Amino acid sequence: MAEALALRHVSAGYGETVVLEDISLVLSPGESISVIGRNGVGKTTLLATVMGHTTLHHGEVMLGGVSLNRVPVFRRARNGIGWVPQEREIFPSLSVRENLEVAARPGPWTQERVFELFPNLGARLSNMGNQLSGGEQQMLSIARALLTNPSVLLMDEPTEGLAPVIVEALSAVLLRLRGEGALSIVLVEQNSRVALAFSARTVVMDKGRIVYDGESAALGADPDRLAALIGVAE
Amino acid sequence: MTPPQAGWADHPAALALAGRHRVRVWEPIPWVLALTFYFAFPKHLGFGTELLVTILFAISLDLVLGYAGIVTLGHAAFFGAGAYTVGMLAKHGIWNEPITGLILAAVVAAAVGLGSGLVLLRTHGLTLLMLTLCTMALLEEAANLAHDYTGGFDGLDSLPIAPLFGVFEFNPLYPKTQYLYVLTVLFVCFVFVRTLVYSPFGQSLTGIRENMLRMHAVGAPVRGRLVLCYALSAAIAGVAGGIWAQANAYVNLGTLGLDRAATVLIILVLGGYGRLYGAFIGAVAYMVLSHFLSKIYPTAWQLGLGLLLVVIALFARNGILGIAEAAVRRLRTPHATL
Repeated sequence: MAEALALRHVSAGYGETVVLEDISLVLSPGESISVIGRNGVGKTTLLATVMGHTTLHHGEVMLGGVSLNRVPVFRRARNGIGWVPQEREIFPSLSVRENLEVAARPGPWTQERVFELFPNLGARLSNMGNQLSGGEQQMLSIARALLTNPSVLLMDEPTEGLAPVIVEALSAVLLRLRGEGALSIVLVEQNSRVALAFSARTVVMDKGRIVYDGESAALGADPDRLAALIGVAE
Repeated sequence: MTPPQAGWADHPAALALAGRHRVRVWEPIPWVLALTFYFAFPKHLGFGTELLVTILFAISLDLVLGYAGIVTLGHAAFFGAGAYTVGMLAKHGIWNEPITGLILAAVVAAAVGLGSGLVLLRTHGLTLLMLTLCTMALLEEAANLAHDYTGGFDGLDSLPIAPLFGVFEFNPLYPKTQYLYVLTVLFVCFVFVRTLVYSPFGQSLTGIRENMLRMHAVGAPVRGRLVLCYALSAAIAGVAGGIWAQANAYVNLGTLGLDRAATVLIILVLGGYGRLYGAFIGAVAYMVLSHFLSKIYPTAWQLGLGLLLVVIALFARNGILGIAEAAVRRLRTPHATL
């Protein structure tokens, strides 16, 4: 069976500036990985490259065995890449329902299912995007990405800036999502505790390169190595 | 394809869509006022007709500026394209039936919008602003040069527009027919635009205006939708131009000029863009103020309008309608705290 997502020797960045260097990464259908690393090492750029927001200098990005190199952003989304951006990027003038409707495409994820996942959203359907709290905005952002019915979901620091209690709730949702059939998830996360608990496999990035690609448990069990890789002892 | 299941109309999404399209209690007010104007001010129907055409033109601009976020200074290009389509067809004896003439005006303006939109909408910001201006200037100069067809600088006058339905004459001195005709066309176009902006297509335009990159990322063909919106808006502007030419039996380079483009932009900012009815409020405010200020101070009446616009731009960025909305919100939530 074709891999869900594959990056082969990818070098990419913004214009002439190269941020990612020689990145190779393969995700099987249904597999989830966490990507961790210091600030500015290229984690967000990695997701942006998969989404098509950067300049690809070398290599190939493939979804389900099909090259995405020349595929525009909106086609990538339609082909099955969902994106939860770091800034949430809720449409402030649209209601919660409308925020979901503009993204919805047919598939297993329906509004009913996402409301089951995020009951708060179901109760705030008529509220405008800018009337939601940070946690609710993050939930809406994830719900909106799920309603595009992706095969690969890219999540960029979903717990950033949220209160600990919301982080706990969101982590539980992430764990539920991880077990959802053939959905593959790439979770970029600053919070290494959340990241290591989320997936069996973790990728650590440094200076635009992958410096570790292996078991989360092994990394979690070796605080010295973790500290050396990401610079913070947990 | 799976047929709709029984009871699909009761689905929450269908109910929400129906709720968006629901006619609000106050919405008939402008139309009642427009009809009242017809009976109350029979001597000012010429002014009324001009006002209704301006509203129609402003609505077309609102679709691109207020909903899709396309900032343009060249919207008069489409108004002029529609006006010249009607004018040239009538003057050269090719076609002078009013309703089909308007449809042709819409088609020609939409074609101009589609063609220019495919090129222009690859750009953003200042570049886009300048290119819309250039497109309009090019059309204006083309109309000036094609003297044999367009009348050049003098324009085309005494257009032989056929009676409406073969019965109702367009009398320039007693423009009753023009007024009711323009009001009907405005109503039809307004219903079309209203349906459009409350549809999922309209929601996606709002999404594009607020965050284009995000709309790309949820799978929306952003450029295609912007071009479609631009062409539809151009078609409505073309209808406005065409009906203006029919009502006045006249078309000149002014229909393609910067003055007209800037005026409609001011009207929309004044009334409040992205609000549908902002076009109504803005057009009425602008034209009534112009009328009275020019009577009070004929040599510098635009100073008053300019000052008002500065105040609106600085302190009420959502226009007059925005001020009213904020007041209503405040009344409804008297104990709201920050």
